[in-house]
Amino acid sequence: MKHLRSIRELGRDGLEQLLESATHMAEINRRPIPKVPALRGKTVVSLFYEDSTRTRLSFETAAKRLSAETMSFSVSTSSVSKGESLRDTIETISHMGAHCFVVRHKSSGVPWQIAQWTNASIINAGDGAHQHPSQAIVDCLTVRQAIDQPFFDGVNVTIVGDIKHSRVARSNIEAFTMLGARVTVVAPPTLLPSHIGHWPVTVVHSLDDVIASTDVLYMLRLQSERMDQGLIPSLSEYGSQFGLTMERAQRLQSSAVVMHPGPMNRGVEMHVDPSDLSQSRIHQQVENGISVRMAVLFDLLARDGELQQLHEEVSA
Amino acid sequence: MSVAIRNALVVTKRGEERLDVKIAQGVIAEMGTSVGPADSELDGTNCHVLPGFVDLHAHLREPGKEDSETIETGSRAGARGGYTALVAMPNTNPAQDSVPVIEFVRMQGERAGLLEVVPSGCITVGRAGTALSPMAELARAGVQIFTDDGSGVQDPALMRRAMEYSRELGITLAQHCEVSSLTVGAVMNECSCSSDLGVPGWPALAEELMVHRDIELAKLTGARVHFLHLSTAGSVHLVRQAKALGLPITAEVTPHHLSLTEELLRSFDSVYKVNPPLRSVADIEALKAGLLDGTIDAIATDHAPHVRRDKELPLDQAPPGMLGLETALGVVLSVLDLTPLQVAEMMSVRPAKIAGIAERHGMLPEVGGPANLCVVDMHQEWTVEPRSLASKSTNTPYVGRVLRGKVRHTVFNGHVVVSDGKAMR
Repeated sequence: MKHLRSIRELGRDGLEQLLESATHMAEINRRPIPKVPALRGKTVVSLFYEDSTRTRLSFETAAKRLSAETMSFSVSTSSVSKGESLRDTIETISHMGAHCFVVRHKSSGVPWQIAQWTNASIINAGDGAHQHPSQAIVDCLTVRQAIDQPFFDGVNVTIVGDIKHSRVARSNIEAFTMLGARVTVVAPPTLLPSHIGHWPVTVVHSLDDVIASTDVLYMLRLQSERMDQGLIPSLSEYGSQFGLTMERAQRLQSSAVVMHPGPMNRGVEMHVDPSDLSQSRIHQQVENGISVRMAVLFDLLARDGELQQLHEEVSA
Repeated sequence: MSVAIRNALVVTKRGEERLDVKIAQGVIAEMGTSVGPADSELDGTNCHVLPGFVDLHAHLREPGKEDSETIETGSRAGARGGYTALVAMPNTNPAQDSVPVIEFVRMQGERAGLLEVVPSGCITVGRAGTALSPMAELARAGVQIFTDDGSGVQDPALMRRAMEYSRELGITLAQHCEVSSLTVGAVMNECSCSSDLGVPGWPALAEELMVHRDIELAKLTGARVHFLHLSTAGSVHLVRQAKALGLPITAEVTPHHLSLTEELLRSFDSVYKVNPPLRSVADIEALKAGLLDGTIDAIATDHAPHVRRDKELPLDQAPPGMLGLETALGVVLSVLDLTPLQVAEMMSVRPAKIAGIAERHGMLPEVGGPANLCVVDMHQEWTVEPRSLASKSTNTPYVGRVLRGKVRHTVFNGHVVVSDGKAMR
């Protein structure tokens, strides 16, 4: 695999391999000193044109645990604020010896564009409302652990919120269905993409209709700007229709799994405190974030054969 | 300086005739089976002689954006595409809303001397959509076609006044049909592809609402209205109905809207970003049918050069537009089986009438007629290479594609401006 840009490009085999590899990485993370020399001499550059806390920290931690060098790039303190073009930035950093760019950008498609200008591997850490593949792999791993089965046949996944503007939703719908889940989306019509009819999902407009039969409840973050754009009448109306209230939480199956990609909007989509919710796997998602991103970096940057070697070493 | 075109089939009012054409003093001096020697000899073997093409829609970028195109480089691109007249769109900087700018554009065209540059005028001052431009003054300076292209006139009351005002002047208003509140941030057609890519879509409705509005306003005012770059099946349907009522409406379609689909945007290559956007296969079929049944009068390029650094911006920030002049004939003949006469009608005769220049352009060759001609090989296959283009920019989506149909020679005002595909100046 050269790049990780979308779940579609990754494909089902690639997804399964990364999930498998991530469980080995989790073993490393449970060691007293969670660090292996696997990527010594490799340089990973995080290039975040959009703010991020968890994704960025998670990738940087993953890179360090694999002993890669990390370079970090922040738009506000770099030449980008002096008007440097995306292409010039990529070419310049490439010549510093980058092996991998971890990129987040507010525009869909940027990971594909920059791949033309560098030989380094590209990891899409979120492009516009398009894709966020590493998050989807994290979420698949979290569901796997929670339901304790590798495939999701017969599992009802319900994704709630701003599907239209969500890269997490796009990546997760593809990944969950690839593993066999039935995906239902719940949202006001104004927060659905125009042609969602072409997607492999069932659309419902009332969370109350599906909450009791949901195995995996995935709450999306609602950006307050959606209200300014007139897509919803008010945050409180949204919260009452589509938020996870205590009342709704009580209707969840005890075996259900509740997830959120963060950062949470308490009082909007999340009315209950996740720490009061036995079904919450939100902290598990964060923990898995590091293992999955280690697996991704390793897959992109290690030489062939090293994976097997690492797995053997881990199992030994 | 005389010119002879030999061994070609000449498309005349009587049909296709194997005649030599002799040109002298800027007019066709002689047509016969064997005309005498000339100063300049053009071989027309396997070719047809057509009236020089007329483009209703070219962005020549001068004044204001000379790093992407100049009137000279755009004229050269046009001449290589078989054009002898280009209507220059008014979204220059400053905009073509005053007589001095119009005169400047026309003069730069004359200086280049490769074809006739026909300046269009703005409908509203600065194309801002708030106040009417000095249309009478501009009309007196020879402007026959008015448009705010790049954006549509949003305010229906202002558009109504523009139409009322235009009637007495005998001019044509050309509308870029886009209700802009429906296309905020739009990157591509609103379709399953835009949903998948997570980018704002440009719904067909945004075009069709304005087509419908302007048809109704034309009905009310009697103004002559031309619809620029129609892109949807719904628009074709509306124009077909309006024409059946006998309204003075005309319409154009671009080669790219006849040949490329929205799916190409999945590559995130901004070379495919254009306004209006590439649409579906069904839209392409409706546009082709509309062109063939005369609902759509003309093929126009919407030639829109952009420098590389602008097209290298992320897809949502890159400016829309693609080159068109040098590939128009090849693209059209690659996707539509047209006779030489149909090509002449769609790319020369009708656009010349719409642009108001039919006394100099768009006349099937005849003795005494203007020597604005192109000589085209309807079947020659060729590969588009950006380096061989005359345009200053390279943003063509047809790079590497094999096209069928190529312009061999172009004669403007009796002078050979393109010979064997090469611009002579």
